[in-house]
Amino acid sequence: MKQKRKSSGGFRSLLYSQKVAPYVFVAPFVIAFLLFYLYPIISSVIMSFQEVLPGQVRFIGLSNYKNLFRGDFVKAVRNSVIYTVITCAVLVPVPILLAVFLNSKQTVGKNTFRVIFFLPALVSVVVGGFTFRLIFGEMPTALLNSVIGVFGAKPVKWLGGPAPWTTFFALLVLCCWRWTGVNIMYYLSGLQNISEELYDSASIDGAGAWQRFFYITLPLLKPTTTYVLTISIYGGMAMFLESRMLFNGGRYPGGQGLTIVGYLYRLGWEQNRIGLGCAVGLFLLAVTLAVNLVQLRVSGFFERR
Amino acid sequence: MKHVKVGKLLAMLLAMCMIFSLAVYAEGSGDAGEATEITFWTFQELHVEYYEKMAEKWNEANPDKQIVLKPTVYPFEDMHSNLLIALQSGTGAPDLVDIEVGKYANFLKGDIQLLPLNDIVEPELDNIVKARVDIYSKDGNYYGICFHVGAAVIYYNTELCELAGVDYNEIKTWDDYYEAAKALKEADPDKYWESVEATDIWHMWPLLAELGGDMTNAEGAVTIDTPEMAKVLEFNRKLVDEGLAVVAPGGYHHAEEFYALMGGGNIASIVMPLWYLDRFTNYMPDLAGKIAIAPLPVWEEGEPRSIGQGGTGTSITNQAKNPELVKEFLSYAKLSQDAGIEIWNTLGFDTIRTDVWAMEDVTHADNKFTEYYVNNPFDILLEIKDEIVAHNNGENLPQALDLMKNEVLNRAYTEPDVDIPAMLAEVQSSVIE
Repeated sequence: MKQKRKSSGGFRSLLYSQKVAPYVFVAPFVIAFLLFYLYPIISSVIMSFQEVLPGQVRFIGLSNYKNLFRGDFVKAVRNSVIYTVITCAVLVPVPILLAVFLNSKQTVGKNTFRVIFFLPALVSVVVGGFTFRLIFGEMPTALLNSVIGVFGAKPVKWLGGPAPWTTFFALLVLCCWRWTGVNIMYYLSGLQNISEELYDSASIDGAGAWQRFFYITLPLLKPTTTYVLTISIYGGMAMFLESRMLFNGGRYPGGQGLTIVGYLYRLGWEQNRIGLGCAVGLFLLAVTLAVNLVQLRVSGFFERR
Repeated sequence: MKHVKVGKLLAMLLAMCMIFSLAVYAEGSGDAGEATEITFWTFQELHVEYYEKMAEKWNEANPDKQIVLKPTVYPFEDMHSNLLIALQSGTGAPDLVDIEVGKYANFLKGDIQLLPLNDIVEPELDNIVKARVDIYSKDGNYYGICFHVGAAVIYYNTELCELAGVDYNEIKTWDDYYEAAKALKEADPDKYWESVEATDIWHMWPLLAELGGDMTNAEGAVTIDTPEMAKVLEFNRKLVDEGLAVVAPGGYHHAEEFYALMGGGNIASIVMPLWYLDRFTNYMPDLAGKIAIAPLPVWEEGEPRSIGQGGTGTSITNQAKNPELVKEFLSYAKLSQDAGIEIWNTLGFDTIRTDVWAMEDVTHADNKFTEYYVNNPFDILLEIKDEIVAHNNGENLPQALDLMKNEVLNRAYTEPDVDIPAMLAEVQSSVIE
């Protein structure tokens, strides 16, 4: 026992050293960031000015950026933006409410509900997406159409149908199915940090349930909301696999369901135009960064507290 | 003292790494023995079964050149993306790889990272359909060998033909075809004469080829906006508008929804290549004994009645460790008469070996295909063998196909009051050069 403590003494004192330890602890992140984020971003910037072919990489100036707005790019951006807006509009308020219910002392079977809400997050997007594609099938015998058929509605062509909202509806349902539970987890941990005393004193002052929710819960959940919004915006703008699965591996009728990353994938991989794909990727990076910076600023993230 | 301890720790780590890498190495080379390992990527499980059979036969015949096939099956897109990355970066590619014809142009750009196969292909040119190696060639070099001709034909549901009072053998032109469609509508308004794809090209490419049209021209440029294309799409649209044709549920003839509708006996005919044979047997078993294969109708007498469609070119990458041996094996597995026979028996494909087509003992032997279909696919193949044209496979074919699958066909068949020539011009103008 004594021997063991002695032998790890050197390593320990290294970790306990106030000068070295912080660097040791952040090193894995810094190395991963430099290797897997910064380096690829820099090469993407370079490649976005190039035509990249095996053995024949050459600079072609701005022509990738000139070609950016041809083709389905505008459709892809529009789809991604609409998707991001509607998913954020649903996936922030609904999980807050559900988290409050799940956090309440009166709710029965809390843990069961938590598990049920969280389970979809553990299912692969490919499996989930394929199942949803069948649920949203256009035949009268598909699950959703047979359900609405009970109420006398005619079968709807949900995916890529004549009305664009049906496609977004399917994407939204898939997104909510998958992410509601995750966001509930974030909000539950946010709720744990709110002191009971605040609610008690508010009750003594005569505040009702709604008042306590609006004047205590919501404001104190703001840091969590900022975080959830940030990752939701990123997740929404970068969504790809879900729509690819719903649309049979990238057959987007009339551009419906095509997202920015879907377009990037089409150009970069399906048509072997890596340089053009990089230009699309950098556009996505710029937009997402800008939107998030604005969002963080509005939410007061940068203010010194 | 401190340094010694850290050193010990590092030494232990290093030792563990070495043991681990040894273990990995041992696993990699363990069971190979004397045999040479050939790594192989494909996107189609069935191809693995086929190649493993051929490797077994090869090993029996060549005791001094034993091989061990190491296949990996990836999903379609993943395999092609992984291959692009591996070839672009110069490391990680397999010896042997299946590349789908629609993706092939991507691998003929820049300095080509595949090995020319001229020394094995050229001696066999008299025995094979040349067009099926031409589509994988550039500047006189052949880089891939196809599994099949992929000859476009038309599949008729004989039961619905009878219901309509139509003899499908008498349908010679698209006008006849249209009349037959109307006859079925009168007999049973709930049935469809034809199915068209809103997100795929198999059903219309042959009609375009009959007129001499194509997706790309000989120079490789996208040619979507042509009178021929407009004529084909307008014809199909007319059938859709009059309720004679259905837009395939699920978008294309490989969707589960489509299999259900077709398999339920609701559609009288579809235009698809011969490799669709196994889709019927696998996914529409209820139609056994009811499906007949026929040459396509034409717009005018004398037009070629078929086009070679789809296909998978097996190629050797320049990262192959034993290129000569891999080439010998590929020649046996893809070009020999044995290969031609086995491709029909295992995969049910119209092999590129023309001498096999006439071998009645092979082509008419009992198997699941000869039992399923009303007539024999090779009888049709022999009838149309001089009329099977090839399409251009230029650099921009992947882009042209993307535009067709995502934009053109969907709009042509479903957009209300679409002006097809104007729509084609609009899509053509969005092409990225």
